[in-house]
Parts: sequence; C-alpha cells; structure tokens
Amino acid sequence: MSDQQPIIQIRNVSKRFGKVTAVDNVNLDIMAGEFFVLLGPSGCGKTTLLRMIAGFELPTDGQIIIDGVDVSDVPPNKRPVNMVFQSYAVFPHMSVADNVAYGLKIRGVGRGEREERVREALELVKLGGFEDRMPDQMSGGQRQRVALARSLVMRPKVLLLDEPLSALDAKLRAQMQFELSDLQDQVGITFVTVTHDQDEALSMASRIAVINKGEVAQLAGPSDLYEFPANRFVADFVGSVNIFEGKLTLDEPDKAAVDCPGLGMVYLNHGVTGPHGADVWVALRPEKIYLHVPGEGKAVRAAAKDAPEGHNFARGVIKGMSYLGDITLFEIKLDSGEMIRVSRPNLSRHDQEDFTWDDRVSMHWRADSPVVLLS
Amino acid sequence: MALFKRTPVAPLEYTRKTWMRGWVGATMFFLYAPLLILMIFSFNDSKRNVVWKGFTLKYYEKAMNNDSLVEAMVNSLTIAGLATVFSLVLGALAAVMLWRFRFPFKGAVEGTMSLPIIVPEICLGVAFLIFFAKISWPTDLPWPLNLSAITIAHITFCFPFVAMVVRSRLESFNKEEEEAAKDLGASEWQTFRDILLPHMKPGLIAGALLAFTLSLDDFVITFFTSGPDTITFPVKVYSMVRFSVTPEVNAASTILIILTIVLTAVALKLQGVKAIAESH
Repeated sequence: MSDQQPIIQIRNVSKRFGKVTAVDNVNLDIMAGEFFVLLGPSGCGKTTLLRMIAGFELPTDGQIIIDGVDVSDVPPNKRPVNMVFQSYAVFPHMSVADNVAYGLKIRGVGRGEREERVREALELVKLGGFEDRMPDQMSGGQRQRVALARSLVMRPKVLLLDEPLSALDAKLRAQMQFELSDLQDQVGITFVTVTHDQDEALSMASRIAVINKGEVAQLAGPSDLYEFPANRFVADFVGSVNIFEGKLTLDEPDKAAVDCPGLGMVYLNHGVTGPHGADVWVALRPEKIYLHVPGEGKAVRAAAKDAPEGHNFARGVIKGMSYLGDITLFEIKLDSGEMIRVSRPNLSRHDQEDFTWDDRVSMHWRADSPVVLLS
Repeated sequence: MALFKRTPVAPLEYTRKTWMRGWVGATMFFLYAPLLILMIFSFNDSKRNVVWKGFTLKYYEKAMNNDSLVEAMVNSLTIAGLATVFSLVLGALAAVMLWRFRFPFKGAVEGTMSLPIIVPEICLGVAFLIFFAKISWPTDLPWPLNLSAITIAHITFCFPFVAMVVRSRLESFNKEEEEAAKDLGASEWQTFRDILLPHMKPGLIAGALLAFTLSLDDFVITFFTSGPDTITFPVKVYSMVRFSVTPEVNAASTILIILTIVLTAVALKLQGVKAIAESH
C-alpha cells in the first residue's frame, strides 16, 4: 500500500438478479499493488463482485472506479483489467504462444514486440519452451499458467483471479499459493482474488474482505481477521472456533469479563466497549486452549494467573478425538453440557498417548485469547 | 489342456466375442455388398444386369454421352451445393440463436424449426407442390434459376439438420472462453470469429456433409417440386429404371458414389475424423 490512491473504488455497488440481491451496497477501496482477496462461502456474491470489476456484470446501483475512471458502463474489452477464469478458459484450438499472444494481436501490437512479450510472460510463469504445445497436451496446473501468462502479458492495472486454485490438487495448490504471491511481488500488479478457501486467503492476501450475503462482513489483514474477528460470521468462517453466549458483567479500559452459562467466567485483559449487561458472544479458538490432566491444579493455576481465581478455566470429559499427525483435535463435553473443541500440538512422538476417550480434563486459556463479539 | 491356455475374454473385449464378430460381419455385408455389386456390374458387358458377361467401360462412355443424364447430374450437384451453403449459414445462425439467447416462445421456435425432420417427406413434397403452385412460382426460367424451387425446398429440410448438429456441438462450449476473449480486448465479432467459430467448425463440417448427402439423394421432395423441364439425378435414375436396369445406371451411380466418397474424405481430412466424432 505504498500508493495512497486506490486503484479500484467500489462505491455503493449493488447487484440484483430479479428478486435476488447478490451484492448489497458494497463499498471497498483496493490499493495499487495489493494482493486483495474476496473471501466468502459459495453464493455470497463474491464472484458477482469480481465479475462486475471485470465488466461481465453491470451493477444495478453504484459505481466502479478503476484508476480514477468510472467504468460502471464500460464493456469488459475496454477495461484496464484482465481476468484468470476458474476454468482457465485457455483457447483449445490455439497453441500456448497463440493463446498468450491473442490479446496483443487484438490490440495491434507488432509481431516483433509481441513475440518478445509472449516469451517474457511465459518465462515469468515458468513455461519457457512450451510455446508450441497445444492446451490438450498440458496438465491443469500448466494450463493455469498459460491463463496467467495470457493475462499478465497485457500488463493490466489489475489482475482478477476467480478461484484460481480450486481445480488443483492439494500439493500443487500449496505450491501455487507461494508462486502467486511471488509473481505478484515480481510484477507489482494489483491482484484481486476470489476464494472460498480461508487457508488460501490467509496465506496469500495482504488484505481480505469477508463477504456474507452480499455484504462486507469484515475488511482486514489476514492475522487481524483471524485474531480479531468482528462478528460471529467471520469468527466461524475463518478458521475453527468455539462460540459461547454470555452477558457482559465487567467492561473497563483495561479489563472485561463475560459470564457464559456454557463455559463459565471469561476474563479479558482489555476492554470491549460494549453496553454493560449486554448479550454478547465469546469466541475462543481451539488452539488457544490448554489441556491438563485434572489434579495438576498447581500447573493450571500457574498458567492461568493472568486472570482472577475462577476465571478462564473449565472442566470436561473427552468425547471425541481425531489424530491429525501434527495436532490432535479433541471434542470435549463441558460440565455445563456444551461441547468445546480443543486442538493440541503433538510436540513429542508420544503426546497423543496423554489423553484418551472419557478422560476427565481441565482447560484454561490466557486472558488475551478470547474475543468478545457484539453481533 | 487347451482349456486353460485360452486367455479369458474380458467384459469389454467385444471384438473377441464370436457372436459380436458375426454380427459386425453381417452388418458390413448387408451394408456394402449391394453397393459393391452395383459397382462391379457397372463394368458388365451385357444389356441386362444379372449375369456377368465380361469387362467393359462402354456404359461409362454411354452414361457420359447421355445428355439428359449428365444434365441431371449437374443439376443435382448444383442444387446440393447451393442447399449446403445456404443450410450451413441458416443452420449455424439458428443454432447460435437458440444456444445463446433467451426469448419468448423459444420452445415453439425450436419445435417448428425441427418440424421438417419429423414430417414425412411425402407430406412436405405435396405441401411444396401446392405452395409453389399457389404463389405461381415461375418454372420456365433459364438455368440455374429453374432449380430455385427445388433448392428452396432442399434448404428447408436440410438446415434443421445443420442446426441440430451445430447446436449439440455448442453445448460443449465453455462460455468462459468467450469471456476470456472479450477480457483480452476482443470485440463481439472478433470473439465470434476467433473463438466460437473454430469451436463450431467440426459441427459445421459434419452438418455440411449431412446437408449435401441429404440433398443429393433426395427423391420424394424433388419429384414434387421439380418443374416440367428440370430433372435431378435420383429422379432421372428412377425414370430410367422404370424401363430396365441397364449398366448405364450402374455406371452413373458409381460415379456419384465415388464423388461423395471423395468429398467426404476431403471434409474429414480438413478437420480430422476425431473432431467430427466429438461433435456428436
């Protein structure tokens, strides 16, 4: 975000298909050079928003401004953006070089420059030497690179990517996540990506807009989104979380407390600025809960000393376990009857033997771990 | 023990099953034996077409010198050529329209368009006869305008076939390719020319072949729409056969068969058999 002028300004944009509102009064500023991700469940309107930036859908209301120019009514072939499609949409009857050269040919770039730029673009996506291949002789990952090169060769102001990694297998996806980030660093073009995959969003984005039912639920950087979700939807959609309902009983600048019937007294070492006595929700991530064998009372108290006695502490019985290699996930039935999810890293090879089904366990968490959500 | 040496026939190895081979053999025989016999007997040195009397080319010579037969052949090829070109354009446009757009009464339009495929040819023939008589379509025009009525009738029953084949080809088109082209700056027309048309090509070739052969060998509709002085090859053959099946007819037919085979081969060569097979 070196440049303070937003490259894309989305102003009060709505899109309705008949009675269905796909995008509802969205306002977003996307800065030049950003890796911006639109994250949301399927059908939330994120793809419609991307297609409106590309020009394949026209907004029902509002304006889309790209690089200072209102493009709301400009057709897609006249916009300074290019898109990588979910199906890649590589032209099957053209060779790789012809695919990449297509846009330049349309633009009237001379043969010499065209060949030079095609070669550069293919080098950039590590497809040097593939010029004469036909798309049906390539793997999905390679075809995606062709689609990337075909867009990048146009030197767009913004590159739009629609679920770029969804069709790749897990290993390739992880690799492409890094490559896309690298590529973006290299070319310095603003990337706007749509995805439903939170891992993808967290690992690649500089900023993420979480979209729910056509509205922006939260706009933040990856770690802020995860650690400081603004509402229950974001907390639940990004990562795994335990949510308990409660009442705000204490709210001062440097501390707060919530009485959750399901979990117990929850203490925070910062204020939440919510109305006193209000109904709120406490979100607690599974990895931020420590598990103990009951009876190790001293350890529990020592660990939980950043909260007053009787706070940030719970007991329960292990009802479910899944060993995932690096971590083990526990489903624990609290004494209140509610379930809580706790994950525990397997720091040694024998850690998974510490707990088993129907064991009684104690839990504690630090005072800076819970998040109080007002909506 | 021979019984155990035999490798078992796997479920999908149809070509190794005796009954399947027999079936394929019989099909081939009934499909091609009559044609082969027809071609062989075109070289038969006999007035009647039943007993082999020796090799000759004189019936080819005779057929070539039979002016009305040659005229019929030229007429047929002209009609087929015109009908193919017009059906191709009309059929492709209709297919794109039905595939691309939503409009009121689309189902009705689609249904009416494929009507010529379903309606018995004899009904179509009679209908055309009455229609052209009613509007007093001129029959005494100079060549090739005297073929206009037949050509119009042929286009009418050929273009739905083209539309059908092209439409089914379009179903496999990934609309994102079209969007990708526009995204790269292509206009509506450039997108059609560079992306959609190449995708339609195998369907267009298959449709053209279909239209050409349908038109070339049509008898019923042609019979009803031909004027007093216009004659096409199938109609001419029919009138010749009414007197006797001479090797002259065989010779003319053989020329026609070879012509169609060559045209088909050229069309297949242009596109590759695989792509045409994929278009269905």
